[in-house]
Amino acid sequence: MDERRVVLQVQGVSKDFEIKSKEVFGKKQTLHALTDVNLHIYQGETLGIIGESGCGKSTLGRCMVRLHKPTRGRILCDGEDIFALKGEKQQKLCRDIQMIFQDPYSSLDPRRTAAYSVAEPLRVHGILKNQDAIDERVLELMQEVGLDLQHLSRYPHEFSGGQRQRINIARAIALNPKVIVCDEPVSALDVSIQAQVINLFRRMQREHGLTYVFISHDLGIIKYISDRIAIMYLGRVVELCSAEAIYRSPLHPYTKALLSAIPPESPFDKKERIILAGDIPSPIGEQIGCPLAGRCPSCMERCKKEAPGLKDYKKGHQVACFLYD
Amino acid sequence: MGDKKSRPSGDALGREANIEMLKRERRANNAWHKLKRNKIAMAGLFVIVFMVLVAIFAPLLAPYPPNKVNPGQAYLPFGSPGHIFGTDDLGRDLLSRIIYGGRISLIVAVGATFVGATLGILLGLTAGYFGGWLDSLIMRIMDGMFSFPFILMAMILITVIGNGVLNVTFAIGIANVPSFARVVRGQVHIVKREEYCNAGKVIGVSNTRQLFCHILPNTMSQIIVYATLRVADAIISEAFLSFLGLGIALPTASWGSILKTGRECLTTAPHVATIGGVFILVTVLGFNLLGDGIRDIMDPKMKQ
Amino acid sequence: MSEVLLKVENLKTYFYQASGVSKAVDGVSFSLNQGETMGIVGESGSGKSVTSSSIMRLLPAKTGRIVDGTILFGDTDIRSLSQREILSFRGNDFAMIFQNPMTSLDPVFKVGRQMTEMILAHRKISKREAWEIAVDALAQVGIPEPEKRMNSYPHELSGGMCQRVIIAMAVCSNPKLIIADEPTTALDVTVQAQVLELLRELQRKNGTSILLITHNLGVVWEMCDTVMVMYAGKTVEYATCKELYANPLHPYTWGLLDSMPKLSSDSKKELAAIPGVPPDLRLTGTCCNFYNRCPYCTDLCREAIPPLTELTPGHFVACHRQSETQTLERGGSLDG
Repeated sequence: MDERRVVLQVQGVSKDFEIKSKEVFGKKQTLHALTDVNLHIYQGETLGIIGESGCGKSTLGRCMVRLHKPTRGRILCDGEDIFALKGEKQQKLCRDIQMIFQDPYSSLDPRRTAAYSVAEPLRVHGILKNQDAIDERVLELMQEVGLDLQHLSRYPHEFSGGQRQRINIARAIALNPKVIVCDEPVSALDVSIQAQVINLFRRMQREHGLTYVFISHDLGIIKYISDRIAIMYLGRVVELCSAEAIYRSPLHPYTKALLSAIPPESPFDKKERIILAGDIPSPIGEQIGCPLAGRCPSCMERCKKEAPGLKDYKKGHQVACFLYD
Repeated sequence: MGDKKSRPSGDALGREANIEMLKRERRANNAWHKLKRNKIAMAGLFVIVFMVLVAIFAPLLAPYPPNKVNPGQAYLPFGSPGHIFGTDDLGRDLLSRIIYGGRISLIVAVGATFVGATLGILLGLTAGYFGGWLDSLIMRIMDGMFSFPFILMAMILITVIGNGVLNVTFAIGIANVPSFARVVRGQVHIVKREEYCNAGKVIGVSNTRQLFCHILPNTMSQIIVYATLRVADAIISEAFLSFLGLGIALPTASWGSILKTGRECLTTAPHVATIGGVFILVTVLGFNLLGDGIRDIMDPKMKQ
Repeated sequence: MSEVLLKVENLKTYFYQASGVSKAVDGVSFSLNQGETMGIVGESGSGKSVTSSSIMRLLPAKTGRIVDGTILFGDTDIRSLSQREILSFRGNDFAMIFQNPMTSLDPVFKVGRQMTEMILAHRKISKREAWEIAVDALAQVGIPEPEKRMNSYPHELSGGMCQRVIIAMAVCSNPKLIIADEPTTALDVTVQAQVLELLRELQRKNGTSILLITHNLGVVWEMCDTVMVMYAGKTVEYATCKELYANPLHPYTWGLLDSMPKLSSDSKKELAAIPGVPPDLRLTGTCCNFYNRCPYCTDLCREAIPPLTELTPGHFVACHRQSETQTLERGGSLDG
């Protein structure tokens, strides 16, 4: 269907967490963070992942950078299972997939200067041995993300949130990765700074040919930066489509509700609300049927018994809902 | 109050002004400047510095050799001419013994804390970072050591390895290990969940580097606070062991051994035990005040 | 028109720190009518939260101080009240809703106990009556099985539920003014929509005024009648929502409006970001605080504080370049 090269492939990934029961001697319970997620990520694209808190989008991102090991399924980078590699090859792979975290305040070591943090990946992977060469490269990286010489010896608490996120970006691109997983990288930033950082992300992508997996809960930002968008709900991908299609022709009832819940773009804009009743159900315990069944306005008998799989609706637009079977 | 009538400058928000502000903030947040603002901690620091200086310059300050016996002048009271603090049962000058004794007491206390901290940090880091069976093994051994009272533990060790300055230091140090290990492990548990540790893992930082370049420096401030407070305890432990005759053997002077001498003549010459006790009290207080002060300035919520 | 409930004039709240005086709020003026909703938007550090704590007199006693200005609530001057008087104001006339619902409730007490204690602190009624008022309030905010929820601990409720409980606590004393400080920032969009709907419904029913502090312009468009834009401790623009959207005057407001990607457009053009960062609040106070990020900056902007002037009726702006005699054209390049 698509002749572009697949860089990262998520194959049937599920992730369960064991959690202690509330009762003292109760049985351990299982939290299903991810259930059977399948995704292809193409070279040079930006795949947006959107969903509400607890939908598993961060867990998925963390599986891609090997902070979590999936309970079932595989993640392939250039055709190789990222959890099966050892030694030299693993080190190489480690460089290929980098991550930028949500909270710019806690993702830098408070006791290390900006220069140390940016130089660390170069040292760890022995890319540059000579101290002068490292210094030179660090300055080059810092200038690339819009910081300069005077910032090198400062500590994280002396930077604003936006500047810290710039340092994180410099640190990630120091290893020349293929894929960067961005876990809500701008949601902790102010609006005017958000725009600066997003512009920086786009410039880095152009200049370094990067592939992004961009996780966010802000539909406006996701739509702007992504080529394709995956909508997640309760550990499953419920819809996967191009960025334009999500606003023009959303299919899944959850996507429609999500769109209608977003505050208006102007005071003259009055929206028709699709209110989903109640809260997101708990991901703990056995999951039967469609995850949205309890809240969905067009729920059918079948939805309560089996979970719909992600199927092609038309070219490049997949949806997991029995309405479109 | 209100606005300062400053002349409108050409570039009030410019780069120079911001760098100047950063400098001022660095100065205000500098640990030493914060400590200077904490008067009680400064009092503690003053006591400690005074005691350390006295210990260092003991040979210059002491009017007599500490062990010089003069039976003819035994039990001279406080304030006697030539012997300001008086003399003990053998007529040794108490001032000189306090000065030299301070040396031994401080060396033992600081040394013991150092031994305890070093071993405790290594064990606590390993247990806290790796977790699993290694954590269980180390911490169960520590719990086992904890189940003995601290002093009993030190006493058992001294009975096994014998007394003397080095052995007492070592014994108190070992007895200190479990509490350090526990404090460090707790801190490691907090720090290793921080996002920057995850960020390190993604970059490919090795375990050793993670432990010693990121986790240890970030737990260090807590360890320093704890160690300062432990020094005070170690001074008391040394005094107690010496008092029981298990610590520093006579005739070597330490504050504990002065107390022991004083006990035997408590009714006839109470000044001997009193002076020894006062020095222990003041020094311990000094360490405790400083420790509390450092804890306050390390607490980010205490920003003023 | 309707009567003015809250009038704030030239409010200045400073924080006295070891490294200097931080001018967190440095000249804020607005008025809020009975039954209306006003939004305060601004970035973090713009002083929007400090403004609300100043009105509630909830500043940290050691460092924060209101140094100038008046806060009139009806005919009462809030600044002149004693600690005891302000306490009764907080329970009866004001209510506050905070950003993080999970931490605004005490985790060790049941919801019912926290609610009844709060009610009993301000009203002389029996425990039983207070309990009934609390149950009613929970039902009013749309919590299913309110009797059962009274016996829940906060951690047993979801974020959206907790925020409903907080709102219930706020409305059960029938306050004249609710100050909501980022009430939906910690919530998901679908839950946010529910909570905003609830606030609006309560307002319709009780005629409460709401002061809504947020950084999300979308929430303002949805909820508010008037809106004040704050930057670095100052009011930079103040108008009705529709006027501000249709005819914004301050360059900072332009920047805010333009830097958000629009959901309805497919444009992939570079976002019009405002360059630079907000100023250090210890340096402000001698010039226009926005001059170093503003593409229209002149020498005057570097030298004098622009006054807040009413250009068209009800539309206030603080900019040297916008006056009766000269106006700026929006959409000039923001490349500064």
